[in-house]
Amino acid sequence: MTELIFFINQVVISGAVLGCIYALGAVGITLVFGILRFAHFAHSELMTSGAFFAFLLAGAFAAWGITAPIPMGFVVLPIAMVISAIFALGIDKGFYAPLRKRGAKPVTLLIASIGVTLMVQGLIRLFFGAGSYSFFETETKDVFRVDLSAFGSTRPLVITEPQLLMIVVTALSVIALHLFLTRSRLGKAMRAMADNADLAQVSGINTALVVRVTWIIAGALGCMAGTMLALDVTLKPDLAFNIIIPIFAAAIVGGLGQAYGAIAGGLLIGFAESLAVFNWTMVLRPLNAILPEWLQLPATLAFVPTEYKLTVAFVILVVTLLVRPTGIFKGASS
Amino acid sequence: MALIELKHVVGGYGGAPILNGVNIAIEPHDIGVIVGPNGAGKSTTLKAIFGLLKVTGGTIEFGGENVANSLPDRLVPKGLSFVPQEKNVFTSMSVEENLEMGAFTRKDDFRATMAWVYEMFPVLAEKRRQPAGELSGGQRQMVAMGRALMSKPRLLMLDEPSAGLSPRYVIEIFETIVRVNKEGVGILMVEQNARQALAFASKGFVLASGQNRFTGTGPELIADPEVAKSFLGG
Amino acid sequence: MIQRSLTLFAGLFALILVIGWVMGLPFTSSRLVEAAAYALIALGLNLQWGYGGLFNFGIMGFLMVGGFAVTFISYPVNPQFWGADGPWLLGRALLAFFAGALLVLAARQSHRAGITGKWKTVLTVIAWFVAYCIYRSQIDPAAAYIESDAGGKWVGGLGAHPVLGWLFGGVLAAAIAYFVGKISLGLRTDYLAIATIGISEIIRALIKNMDWLTRGTLTVSPIPWPVPLPDAYAGGGQPALLLARGGFLLLAIAVLAIAILLISRAYAGPWGRMMRAIRDNHIASASMGKNVTARQLEIFVFGSVLMGIGGAMLVSFVQIFDPSSYQPINHTFLIWVMVIVGGAGNNWGAVFGAVLIWLIWVISEPLAKAVFDVVSYWSSTAGWGAIPDIEARSAQMRVFVLGLVITIALRFAPKGLIPEVVRREG
Repeated sequence: MTELIFFINQVVISGAVLGCIYALGAVGITLVFGILRFAHFAHSELMTSGAFFAFLLAGAFAAWGITAPIPMGFVVLPIAMVISAIFALGIDKGFYAPLRKRGAKPVTLLIASIGVTLMVQGLIRLFFGAGSYSFFETETKDVFRVDLSAFGSTRPLVITEPQLLMIVVTALSVIALHLFLTRSRLGKAMRAMADNADLAQVSGINTALVVRVTWIIAGALGCMAGTMLALDVTLKPDLAFNIIIPIFAAAIVGGLGQAYGAIAGGLLIGFAESLAVFNWTMVLRPLNAILPEWLQLPATLAFVPTEYKLTVAFVILVVTLLVRPTGIFKGASS
Repeated sequence: MALIELKHVVGGYGGAPILNGVNIAIEPHDIGVIVGPNGAGKSTTLKAIFGLLKVTGGTIEFGGENVANSLPDRLVPKGLSFVPQEKNVFTSMSVEENLEMGAFTRKDDFRATMAWVYEMFPVLAEKRRQPAGELSGGQRQMVAMGRALMSKPRLLMLDEPSAGLSPRYVIEIFETIVRVNKEGVGILMVEQNARQALAFASKGFVLASGQNRFTGTGPELIADPEVAKSFLGG
Repeated sequence: MIQRSLTLFAGLFALILVIGWVMGLPFTSSRLVEAAAYALIALGLNLQWGYGGLFNFGIMGFLMVGGFAVTFISYPVNPQFWGADGPWLLGRALLAFFAGALLVLAARQSHRAGITGKWKTVLTVIAWFVAYCIYRSQIDPAAAYIESDAGGKWVGGLGAHPVLGWLFGGVLAAAIAYFVGKISLGLRTDYLAIATIGISEIIRALIKNMDWLTRGTLTVSPIPWPVPLPDAYAGGGQPALLLARGGFLLLAIAVLAIAILLISRAYAGPWGRMMRAIRDNHIASASMGKNVTARQLEIFVFGSVLMGIGGAMLVSFVQIFDPSSYQPINHTFLIWVMVIVGGAGNNWGAVFGAVLIWLIWVISEPLAKAVFDVVSYWSSTAGWGAIPDIEARSAQMRVFVLGLVITIALRFAPKGLIPEVVRREG
């Protein structure tokens, strides 16, 4: 039992948290790809800037003497998401829309998104330097320890308050997104445009409006993902830039353009990373009692060494691209 | 007054114009059929009306105003609908969602229209929850027409509705088109099955090199020996 | 067109003179050597993207491979490693690697033994897993032993001439490019971009963490120069420094000139005509019976060779190989900005872009500092207070400037400053 709890603490919880962040990021990337047909690298900067918006708001709220029972990062999240959505719309209007109007190829937009990445990152570093910040400088990070000695475990189940909230908020967002895409007129129009942009235009769908809605969702969910990442670890200017490829991996594994695939892909990559570096010896140690002397387990028995954790996502990405570029889930559109 | 009237329309994709002065007039009760050899500008004419390519000369009057170079999201609410030849359904969406997308520009309750479409194509009502990509070619064509009818158009334009269909479906689609027309929707279509389509056309237009060559009622054109020889294969 | 290029190059020369005058000769001479290396790297990308239409976001990986190659070839031999058990353990690991490779190959051929479909896939996956375990079981103890005091900490170098190291950088980059290209060139552009970035990250992770081979984050220095170091010149001081760097610069320019000459000749001939046909019309040339994939693989490998050599030159020049100093921004995106701004599809454009962007990149920081100083002076005299942390902030400005430059270029000069010369095909 102790071993199982250890496994849950090390793999299930950290994998779920990581998976949630990847999933929220990947949804934005996959929606932008579905509607605008280009790989939007600057999504990492929507996430990072969103986290900084939330950080500034949290600081301001604390300065105004507002207190809340949950971490301030979550309290200000809705406002930060609105700001991020406006920011994303501004980036589109300023940098991508003029290129689209000229009829530029998707690859030009991809390169433009690199330009945007560099500019936004440069600006963030200009204002905040290269150091790292924490949401928990003034408040404490609550840690729940669920005592499971009744079940024969000597270890408690450990989860922090932000982690718990993160999983709940992600689940709620996914449900909301699902309802939006399947029930609302605009959500269906988004799916229609991702399916067949020409026919969507012919049907009289206001494609410019759909593009705007896409950026609003991408910006808002990006902000959510970035803020959560910053709440789980620390906030720094290259916060999301470092994980943009795992996020792309999640989107591609799920099939670019497919929102549900991105969520599944995000969770898959998150769990894969946690599982790959998990030290199996901790769980299999009881076996040492029955194993012969020469077959005792080594101190660490992980599938890959910890320093290669991020590499797991890259390997999954490359293998997916080679074996099944349309994603592991059956592509719905032909 | 004509429902739609094209006067000396010139246009193309930016290079040399493909349309060099097309004249078309359709009344609300008309079924207009455009025929002609490959590259004559038949489909291009429909696309020009629908704002999908640049019109550089002439006028397109719809309901009394010039709508040349207007985009679909403005034309659809005015009562114009278009069924493209290929890729004319949202394959990943259900039949019902396809129809809903046709009604995107409508702010009012469209359930009555949907019931009307299902009445016209009973097979679609059966498959309303199925993704359109799983349907047969003929059924897809019905979904495409149904989607276009959901905006309650006054003029329905179809680009080769019978292309790639088996003879049984061709007749069924043509019959449906006539039925739609009887309900008060003007029709303007491009057809390869020229003889068959002209047989029920109240207006026929023979295009060649982006210009009108012959204009008349369908039966008149079929009877014209010159049209028959040059454009209907003898 | 020629006149425009000449004017631009004259302007660039004037810019170099101004920088030399303001920043001093030691600074400028260093930057010029680096610019020559970057020009070679940009030529490589120009081959791949400008000529071949192949998207490569993994430049950083090839630069690292080149850097590692020159380190391995030219760094002095480590007798402690060769005298201990290290080589023997590594040999065993190599055997394990081949055994694993054989196992995987066998599994992939299992259809000959009548195993097909799902079972073959399962068998292949199992073979990969077993091969991985076999390799890990040998390499882990070998690595741990070599990294210990008894094993000599790392394998050391071979002590050969650095120019050999540059060549080896090209060869190693070619080998990796062949492998990468073989598996990923069939992908469409966006996927290719993401795949190459993923592969370059894998290369980075490997080089950074294989301490026994590369010393990883511990870094290797000093790496010898291919030309005499400043100490070799009598008198020392600034003249010796400039002489030594001048020697390096000449060598770098010679390599660059050879590369340009070879590429121009090849591109003007039938090979170049075919490349253009493939890039401009993928499908038509495929239907004409040209082996598109093989040609694309060729150009991908050639471009990567230049990147490997350029990466090796950079490491030789700074004399230190530090795997953690490699960043996608500095080593992949920077090169892209060079080629896009200079003019994709034009060698002179790529060279011009490389030198210009490298100079902009290196002077952004002092320039930003100067601007901040002035603004800070005005704001403090106006009573608003000075700008805090000017030093740290100006250091970050260059990333912003780089982004701004590429955005402006895409918007107003999408074909670059010295665009491709469109040839009429007879």
